[in-house]
Amino acid sequence: MATFSVTRPKKSRTLTAVMALYLLYTLVPLAWLVINATKTQAALFSTSGLSFGGPFALFDNIGQTFTYNNGIFFRWLGNTLLYVVVGAGGATILATAAGYGLAKYRFPGRRAVFAVVLGAVAVPATALAVPTFLMFSKLGLTNTPLAIIIPSLISPFGLYLIWVYAADAIPDELLEAARIDGAGEFRIFLTVTLRQLVPGIVTVALFTMVQTWNNYFLPLIMLSEPKWYPLTVGLNQWSAQANGAGAQPIFNLVLTGSLLTIIPLVLAFLLMQRFWQSGLSAGSVKQ
Amino acid sequence: MTSTAAPPVAAPARPAPPARRRRRNWRGWLFVAPFMLVFALTFIAPVVYAFVLSLFRDQAFFGGTVFVGADNYAQVLADPKFWESFQRVLVFLAVQVPIMLLLALVAALAIDSARLHAAGFFRIVIFLPYAVPAVVAALMWGFIYGDHFGLAADLNHLLGTDAVKPLSQNWLLTSIGNVVTWEFVGYNMLIFYSALKVIPKELFEAAAIDGAGTFRTIFSVKLPAIRGAVVIATIFSIIGSFQLFNEPNIMRNLVPNVIGTFYTPNMYAYNLSFAGQQYNYSATVAIVMGVITAVIAYVVQLRGTRKGM
Repeated sequence: MATFSVTRPKKSRTLTAVMALYLLYTLVPLAWLVINATKTQAALFSTSGLSFGGPFALFDNIGQTFTYNNGIFFRWLGNTLLYVVVGAGGATILATAAGYGLAKYRFPGRRAVFAVVLGAVAVPATALAVPTFLMFSKLGLTNTPLAIIIPSLISPFGLYLIWVYAADAIPDELLEAARIDGAGEFRIFLTVTLRQLVPGIVTVALFTMVQTWNNYFLPLIMLSEPKWYPLTVGLNQWSAQANGAGAQPIFNLVLTGSLLTIIPLVLAFLLMQRFWQSGLSAGSVKQ
Repeated sequence: MTSTAAPPVAAPARPAPPARRRRRNWRGWLFVAPFMLVFALTFIAPVVYAFVLSLFRDQAFFGGTVFVGADNYAQVLADPKFWESFQRVLVFLAVQVPIMLLLALVAALAIDSARLHAAGFFRIVIFLPYAVPAVVAALMWGFIYGDHFGLAADLNHLLGTDAVKPLSQNWLLTSIGNVVTWEFVGYNMLIFYSALKVIPKELFEAAAIDGAGTFRTIFSVKLPAIRGAVVIATIFSIIGSFQLFNEPNIMRNLVPNVIGTFYTPNMYAYNLSFAGQQYNYSATVAIVMGVITAVIAYVVQLRGTRKGM
């Protein structure tokens, strides 16, 4: 075996080639989606999957996606944004405050809080979904945006990440100094803490955003009227339209809609990758 | 709500460093209380409510519900539909999870090795499928599997056969496994990668001085150091497998006669309550699955953290 330096090993072409194969597996389905979103419904059936064919209909498809059924897709996009901004945004705020509280204060019941929250991570969504639905139904919340927003407000992972992050990123001395200067606890949080926690907060915000944007099970259960659907449930309804009596397949719109659903998240991850990746690493174990 | 999409955590809990002069008082609750209030409403109350539901049974003809104690539980444990669906996710778990985690581990080690060209590009692209909603992933792969305008059709056409049938009874579980693997390898890779990145460099120098090569370093230094991350990823994957719902439920549109109403326990619970109005029984199925999942996750954690520590 060739010798190499530990700190500056030689780049390996073999390794890169093997990994490129895996990259292909990752990218081919996405490439398939992009290619087929440019086809008309007729061309979808008459041309091969991984090659362009028929008239270039991407912009036509996008136009149709947004206007089909009185622009319901636009409404779904708006709903998704609402759920993400209020739900994931709220989740980030709650997790940040609670994670910081757990990391930097000793208070009665602190251990109990942690045990209960971590234990809850292991509770499967199903065990919660049905009773949550029945409870919300009694409270008159089903089929309203609140049925999606309220459960989205809790992110045990977010709490955990901020907790570990704050323990490292905020020295106790800093808090003590602020207290000596006469700042109240809430003011310290707003003026000192938040700034130190930015990479952690961005990471939590991105991941709760993905969860809410991609959520399917919860809205499927809670919502019965299409006007409140997020994109995920709406897309599946379009897909289901191809079955049964009086079927009206709109495969071209399902594909274009799918593509449009992915793009914002992919962009968010790409644009903010430095932030969230450093936030994640800081949350990792250190020996 | 927790789901397979629960984001990465790279290490088990680690207590905050003890503060010298941190007084024990109630101020911390100021920050924790809002979270706990919503948590009580969305986690604790439903669990309690589910348990209460599981103790009653609907009287279809007389209206109202009666207390039946553990009857619903006895019924679940003797329910062949439940066990069939349970067995299916167990097979899924035993095959898909090791493949996915192994791929993720290899990818993380390769990217971390500094021997890969364009490592940053690999990292972000392999992670990307995680940003794709399960609905879109299942729709997309479902079409690709299909013989109308999918790649399966192209392949059959090319080979002049009709042997490639990812949506057939025999292949469906494998096909779903492929979708889930595609979605989550990158996510797990990132958990492992984050853990690898914080291994102290001195360990590698020490290993090199002792004459350890690449593979020796991986097996003797890197893998033991990220054990915590591996345990966490395994637990999340087990929970995810037992919860399997989105992918089969969406692909059901394509092959309604292959994927039934109790393909997975989660689908069974869902269909019991939303198609069958059997809320009490559905809650019981959900609780039984919850308990099984929690027990297995707990055992994995115990075994995972005990060894070699």
